[in-house]
Amino acid sequence: MQPPSWILPLRRHPIAAALAAVLLAGLGWAALAPIELASHEAVFEIPRGTSARHMAGEKIDILPQTIRLTLGLNDILVFKNADTAPHIFGPTLIMPGQTFRLPFSQASTYSFQCTAHANGQLNIIVDPNPAPGWERLSWRFRKLMGGA
Amino acid sequence: MGSNPRFLTLAGVVLLLFAGAAITFLSRNAARPEVKPVQAPARPAGMIAGIFDPPHPAPDFSLPGSDGSEVTLARYRGKVVLLSFGFTYCAAVCPTTLATLAQVRSKLGKAAASVQVIFVTVDPARDDAAHMRDYLKAFDPGFIGATGTPDALAAVREKYGVTAVRRGEGPDYAMDHTSSIFLIDRAGKLRAMMPFGHDPADFAHDIRLLLAE
Repeated sequence: MQPPSWILPLRRHPIAAALAAVLLAGLGWAALAPIELASHEAVFEIPRGTSARHMAGEKIDILPQTIRLTLGLNDILVFKNADTAPHIFGPTLIMPGQTFRLPFSQASTYSFQCTAHANGQLNIIVDPNPAPGWERLSWRFRKLMGGA
Repeated sequence: MGSNPRFLTLAGVVLLLFAGAAITFLSRNAARPEVKPVQAPARPAGMIAGIFDPPHPAPDFSLPGSDGSEVTLARYRGKVVLLSFGFTYCAAVCPTTLATLAQVRSKLGKAAASVQVIFVTVDPARDDAAHMRDYLKAFDPGFIGATGTPDALAAVREKYGVTAVRRGEGPDYAMDHTSSIFLIDRAGKLRAMMPFGHDPADFAHDIRLLLAE
């Protein structure tokens, strides 16, 4: 019995074939295995002394204009006020020592009035949970490259 | 048939790798079906709204009410208060919010008696007490409106970190304003803030949690 014709090149280059197989197996895992993160929280904190620095005329940017979250992975926004003065931080006013914890359960784009931003708006984009296949693969790739 | 033993070994390794990946994937997915993996993960006992931790007393105020009396939070101690800011000429956000809150009250049945909606205007030039009463009645006669001088209302907004900015000129101007709704518990503490866009079931869920305390 003759082996199928596609086997022949693999037999001639077994190391290359093995490497390709390992790569395929890795890609298969990255595309299919569920993504699990240790924490669902995306934490932003106003450090102690922010108010004093602000009063001194320093321009302080703690929050990005747009916060990007992923449903089922990091979908709880946490704003902590570690300063000694109340702050409008993100979507609301937070007292000294207080934490505001906002969970998201729907993928959408949310806009909040936020005086901390130049245009008065904070955007929160909640992406859907990456589906098995290409979405999970590209999510892992972005994560590997240092993205969200 | 002369098989290359090195090839067979490699083929075996490859098969094992695939089998391992497949088993890992299948076993993890068998334990957690993929039907709805994105829905709120294991938070049934928690609030759907954003919560303040630790909670502080909700800043009180005293404003002329749409029922002719003074509206204060102290007056509603023992009830869960849903505090919303808006204006009666609002085209979309405020009517949606008020219609949602009306549905929340009907959803709650008897428990609705322990829930008070307070709608504080950000547009006192057009929203006097009588006008607010007529407007709110269409949603739910139990709703109460609060108005006042521009300064008094601005002071209340400041205490809650609420913004309101006039947009447009002439008599048909609009107001850009914070659209979230504040949830105040029966002890008068500011417990949570529900962003705009949630449906009545989400409010009812959180209100039941606060009423059960």
